[in-house]
Amino acid sequence: MKAAEEGMKASIADRPVKRNRRLPKMNWRGALAVAAFFLAWHFLVLLKAPGFREIASPIEVLNTFLTQYIGNPKYWNSWVASFKRVIYGFVLAQVLGIPLGLLLGTRETFHNLVYPVIEILRPIPPLAWVPISILFWPTTELSIIFITFIGAFFIIVINVHDAVRNIKKEHYWLALSLGANGGQVFRRIMIPSVIPSIAVGMTLGMAVTWNVVIAAEMIAGDNGLGRLTWEGYVSHTVTVVIIGMISIGLAGYLSTIGVDYLEKKMMPWRGTR
Amino acid sequence: MNTAALKGELTVKGLRKWYHRRDQAPVHVLEDCSFRIEPGKLTVVMGTSGCGKSTLAYILCGYIGPDEGQVLMDGQPVKEPGSDRIMVFQETALWPWMTVMENVVFGPLAKSRAGRDEATRKALELLRKFGLSEFKDKYPGQLSGGMKRRAELAQALINSPKLMVLDEPFRGLDVMTRELMQEYYIKLFEETRLTTVFITSELEEAIFLADRILIMGGTPSRIVRSLEVDLPRPRTFDVLATERYLEIKKEALEVLYGESMQQQTMAC
Repeated sequence: MKAAEEGMKASIADRPVKRNRRLPKMNWRGALAVAAFFLAWHFLVLLKAPGFREIASPIEVLNTFLTQYIGNPKYWNSWVASFKRVIYGFVLAQVLGIPLGLLLGTRETFHNLVYPVIEILRPIPPLAWVPISILFWPTTELSIIFITFIGAFFIIVINVHDAVRNIKKEHYWLALSLGANGGQVFRRIMIPSVIPSIAVGMTLGMAVTWNVVIAAEMIAGDNGLGRLTWEGYVSHTVTVVIIGMISIGLAGYLSTIGVDYLEKKMMPWRGTR
Repeated sequence: MNTAALKGELTVKGLRKWYHRRDQAPVHVLEDCSFRIEPGKLTVVMGTSGCGKSTLAYILCGYIGPDEGQVLMDGQPVKEPGSDRIMVFQETALWPWMTVMENVVFGPLAKSRAGRDEATRKALELLRKFGLSEFKDKYPGQLSGGMKRRAELAQALINSPKLMVLDEPFRGLDVMTRELMQEYYIKLFEETRLTTVFITSELEEAIFLADRILIMGGTPSRIVRSLEVDLPRPRTFDVLATERYLEIKKEALEVLYGESMQQQTMAC
């Protein structure tokens, strides 16, 4: 008996404590692929490949960017305008969507009352809300933010709702057996169990928000990265279209990094294996 | 009446349980289960997988209610989960978002019987006993299966329950860890003499640990046999080589064999 206990202790002590503090390594393959992409684009334009006659080469784009855009406050204002809309829409969607999802998941009567409405509104694409939104809201800014909000809102509601319904019953039961009351179960068990789903909702929501904000700006906006791209098209300046597109890509990428960072903060127990 | 008799005595009378699923005929799981769990004893409930052992355990702990019948804990009917009974679940129920320490002190803090310092001190003591003190700030996802089981035992014991229900706690562990855990656990039981219902489908484990074995069988399930295991305590794996062990094993095997034959013929 004693020996077994000693053996168990020894086997625990022997196990090396894993440390995962590797510095982020440069992704050479990724860098190579990006370089190859620009190179291919450049040569396709140079060789006047079918479809590429009207397209500007990366060098022209870079040239236009460096001479006309990098120091142009109007260009940077487009970034600010789009980011603002994304952040407003995104944050509003979380602030309203998470509590609604929790309510839907926990209150049966509320669920039966409200869920059908959500199920009807959810499949309506955010862009189909544009006309109504313009009519309803006093300013274009508000209507664009509203449409952006719609894009992320239903995703987060459904994610949280499903998460609440799928909480392992053992997790509830254990808390009750240990003497927890309703409030404690809510704060210490329910909220943390839906955090992973909130995180998924945030990732998906962020992607949709950028989609929607760009389209909404093209339709209704008078500034922003979407508008910039659209104006490039209308004025037949292909370089501007491409600058707009790359900017949108970068903006989306930056947002993803931000959301990933938030998610890691929200779930310290993840990725510690 | 001595006071020991009031600690975790469980009387189960005529339990019947159906599972109701939408668009399906109700499944009759338990039929007329009646037995008594003696205080300070380790009672093993055995049966084939899917026979309703876990359902029975949930009812004992008050997580679900029976359709008919009654569970009495020290004479009081069990109607809801309570802090005098605790279950160690088949798959780990440690909360992955809390560290080992937070998991263990949850009980004392939830009931606010004790301050955080007091709870932490007690928890550390238990974790040290379970060889987990170095891992107190780790998350459950970082622990091995055996360590999770020990953390759960600590989480349960810190609450000083009157009754512990363990639902196939060592299932899914590798053979070595499993044997270590059995040895470890029996020592713990012999120290605390906490009234325990231990569910398993392994006969050797059952005989090694039990004071009494209840064998479940039939469809719907009922208790078909109760076997007294009078092997001396404290026990080590040496008892597995004794004459008496083999006798009990033979007796149990006959019952189990008969049950599984019936199951087979019913399935055909």
